[in-house]
Amino acid sequence: MKSGNPLSLRKLVCKVGSVDEVGLGERVAKYSTRSLKKESKIFALRLAASMVDLTTLEGKDTPGKVAALCLKALHPHAGASVPCAAAVCVYPSMVRHAKPILRGTKVKIASVATAFPSGQAPLATRLAEVRAAVGDGADEIDMVINRGAFLAGELNLVQDEISAVREACGKSALKVILETSELETGDNIRAASFLAMQVLREGDFIKTSTGKTAANATLANNQIMLDAIRDHYFATGVEIAMKPAGGIRTAKQAVTFLIAVKETLGDRWLNNTRYRFGASALLNDLARQLMKEKTGRYQAPYTFSEASGSY
Amino acid sequence: MPAKRPNNPARELLFGDLWEFDPAPETADPNIAPRYQLFINGKFTAPKSKKYFDSISPRNEAKVSEIAHAGDSDVNAAFEAATAAFPKWSKTPGAERGKYLYRIARLLQDRAREFAVAETIDGGKPIRESRDFDLPMSAAHFFYHAGWADKLDCAMPGRRLEPLGVAGQIIPWNFPLLMMAWKIAPALATGNTVVIKPAETTSVTAMKFASILQDAALPPGVVNIVTGARETGAAIVGHPAAAKIAFTGSTAVGKWIQRELAGSDKRLTLELGGKAANIVFEDAPIDQAVEGIVNGIFFNQGHVCCAGARLLVQESIASEILHKLKLRMRHLRVGDPLDKNTDIGAINSLAQLQKIRDLVQGGIRQGAEIFQTECRLPKKGFYFAPTLFSGVSSSHRIAQEEIFGPVLSILTFRTPEEAIEKANNTPYGLSAGVWTDKGSRILKMSAELKAGVVWANTYNKFDPASPFGGFKESGFGREGGKQGLLDYAKLA
Repeated sequence: MKSGNPLSLRKLVCKVGSVDEVGLGERVAKYSTRSLKKESKIFALRLAASMVDLTTLEGKDTPGKVAALCLKALHPHAGASVPCAAAVCVYPSMVRHAKPILRGTKVKIASVATAFPSGQAPLATRLAEVRAAVGDGADEIDMVINRGAFLAGELNLVQDEISAVREACGKSALKVILETSELETGDNIRAASFLAMQVLREGDFIKTSTGKTAANATLANNQIMLDAIRDHYFATGVEIAMKPAGGIRTAKQAVTFLIAVKETLGDRWLNNTRYRFGASALLNDLARQLMKEKTGRYQAPYTFSEASGSY
Repeated sequence: MPAKRPNNPARELLFGDLWEFDPAPETADPNIAPRYQLFINGKFTAPKSKKYFDSISPRNEAKVSEIAHAGDSDVNAAFEAATAAFPKWSKTPGAERGKYLYRIARLLQDRAREFAVAETIDGGKPIRESRDFDLPMSAAHFFYHAGWADKLDCAMPGRRLEPLGVAGQIIPWNFPLLMMAWKIAPALATGNTVVIKPAETTSVTAMKFASILQDAALPPGVVNIVTGARETGAAIVGHPAAAKIAFTGSTAVGKWIQRELAGSDKRLTLELGGKAANIVFEDAPIDQAVEGIVNGIFFNQGHVCCAGARLLVQESIASEILHKLKLRMRHLRVGDPLDKNTDIGAINSLAQLQKIRDLVQGGIRQGAEIFQTECRLPKKGFYFAPTLFSGVSSSHRIAQEEIFGPVLSILTFRTPEEAIEKANNTPYGLSAGVWTDKGSRILKMSAELKAGVVWANTYNKFDPASPFGGFKESGFGREGGKQGLLDYAKLA
C-alpha cells in the first residue's frame, strides 16, 4: 500500500469481501432469541460487568466526578458481588486525576484522544494529545479514525494515521473508533475494520462508536466487526479485541452482544482483554440484575446511583 | 473440493464450555386434549369407524393424544356437511366472509403461544420456529385472504371469480398449522367450503384449530376436519362431491392423485417435493451466504419442501465456504424442541428418521465425504445431527433424491452456465437461491432457473402476498397472492 498505488475502497472491498445487511440482520436477530437462565445468566452478567469501560466524556467533567467514577469502577455495588469494571474512560485532561486512585488496581485508565469525537485536528495535534495522555498514565488510548479521509477515498491516509497513533501509544493499548454511523454501510464498516486491524498489534481493539452521534453500537455493526476480527485471525493469527460503545444501556442488551461473541469468536474472546463495553448506565443495570438473581426481587431504584451524572 | 486452503488449520477458535446455556424450556400450557374427535358440521363428532390412533411426540416418544381415524362414512359425512353449507356460504357477501377470516386470524394471534407449544410437542419443530414463524405466518395468511374476500371483483378486471364448491384438501406434517392456513384461507375467501385432512403424525393443532373455528362462529359445515392416514386421504380424493383437490406432500402421492383424478372434472393443485439448489458465487457476501445456507437447509430440521438441499458453490470459494459453514454449524443447538435455545429439534417421525439414515448411509457408500457436528442428542426421541456432504456429484443419490432432513449436499461449479445446468438437473423445480453482489446476474439466473421461487441473497422468505408453487415434478398451482386465489375460483 505505497502511495504510488493508492488503495481504493473498491479494491479493499474486493479483497476483504462485502456485507449484505439483510442477511446480517437475520443472523443477529437469532442472538436476541437466546434465552439465558440461572447460572448461565449470572455468569453472563458478571462477565459483562468485568468488561465495562465506565465512561464519562462531558464538558462538565471535574476531578471530583472522575474520582467518583473511579470508585464506582472499583466497587460497582455494595450488595451484589459485581466484579470491578475493566477500565474508566475519560478525556485526556482527566487521566492524571484518575491515576492516583486506580494505580495498582485491576481497573485500567483509558483515555479518548485524537481530537475526540470528530478527529478534525491536524495530525501533529492529535499525536501530541495521545502522547500527553500516555505520559499522564493512560493504559489505553481510544482514537477516532479520519472519517473525512475515508469517505473521500484516501484509505492510505486513514491507515497511515492509525499507524502513527499506534506508535505514539507506546506500550498502551490502542482502540480504534470507526464511528460506524458515519461510515454508514456494512461494506464500509468491514473495510475500515481491516484497514485498522492490518496495522494493529495483538490485543489492540477496534471500536464501533464515540457515543456522540445519533446511532451507536448495534448488534449488526458489532457482528460485522466480529466477523472481520475472526477473518483477520484466520488470515494472520493475530487476535484483535472488540469494543462496542454507546447505546448499550441494559443488561439484556449486553448479554445479547456477548452471545454474538460466544458464537462468532468463541471462548478466547470472552474476557476483558478481548471484549469491552463502552458504557455508563450499563453497570448499574448489571448490578440491578445480579441483585435480582441473588435476592429474587428487584431492588428500589434509589439503591443504585441511577442518574448517569452521579457515581 | 479444490485443495486450496486459505486458512491455516492451526488457527482454531475455541468453542468450549466456558459459558454453557442452562435449559430454558417453554412452559406455556399447550392445552392438548387426551382424545380428539372429528370436526364435522361445526361439531366434534366421534368417528363412525370407532377407531383411534395414538399421536406420538417425536421429542420424547411420549403419547400426546388419541386421534380419531376417519373411515369412508366419516369422510362422506364431512362432504355432506360441506355440500350442504356451500350454497349459503358461497352467497354470503365477501365482506361478511372476510369478517370470519379476520376473526380467525385474531383468535390465532390471541392463542399463539398455546398453539406454538402444541405444534412443537406434536411435530418436533423448535419452539423458536413455531413461535416466530409458524404461528405469525398462519395468522398472516388469514389476514391477507380476509382482505381479498370483498375485493374479488377487482382481482381480474372484467371477470368475476366464482367459487368451485367443496374443496378436498390434504396437507403434510412439516408445517401442520401453516399448511392448513394456506389451504383454508383462500378457499374460504373465494366462497368454497372445505373438507381437510391433516397429516397422520400431526393432527393436534388442526383439531385445536377447530375450536377456533367454533369460537369464530364460522357457520357449520364450512370447514370440516377429518383425521386419519392414507385411506382417509384416498377417500377424500375419490369422493364424488369434491370439486377440487389440493394436495401438499410427496411427489409419489401427488402422481397417484393425478392418476386417480384423470378423466374427472375435479380441479387439482399439487405442491410436491423439491431438491433446491442454493447457488453461491464468489462475489457473494460470504458470512451472510453461510447464514442463508444454514437457514436454507436446517430450518425445520430440513423438513421443508423448498429446502436448499443442494449447495452449488463456485470452486474458487468452495473451501472458504465449507470452513465457515462448519464453524457456523457448531452453534446450531440440537435437542429438545421445547427449549427456547434449540435451533434444530426432533425429526417428525421414526419412519422419517429411518429414511434420512438410509439416504445418509447411501451417500457414504457412494463415496461422498461426510461432516457432522459433534452434538449430544437426547436419548429418547427422534434426532439427527446436522450433516454436510462434500465431494458430491450430480449423479449421487444424495444429490438427486429429496432427503427431507438436515442433510446438505455440496457440489461445485465454475461458471454461471454450469451453475444453471446443475441447478436445473433435477426432476424438481420448487425453489432456488442465488447469492451474488452482482444485480444483473441475479436477474439472469432467476430467468433461467426452472423453479417456482428464486430467492436472491436470502432464503426461505415467505409472504402471503407472494405466490408459491413448483415447476416440473414439484407440482402445479400456486398458493398465496392473487394467483393462489385463482386456483380456488372459476372465472366468469
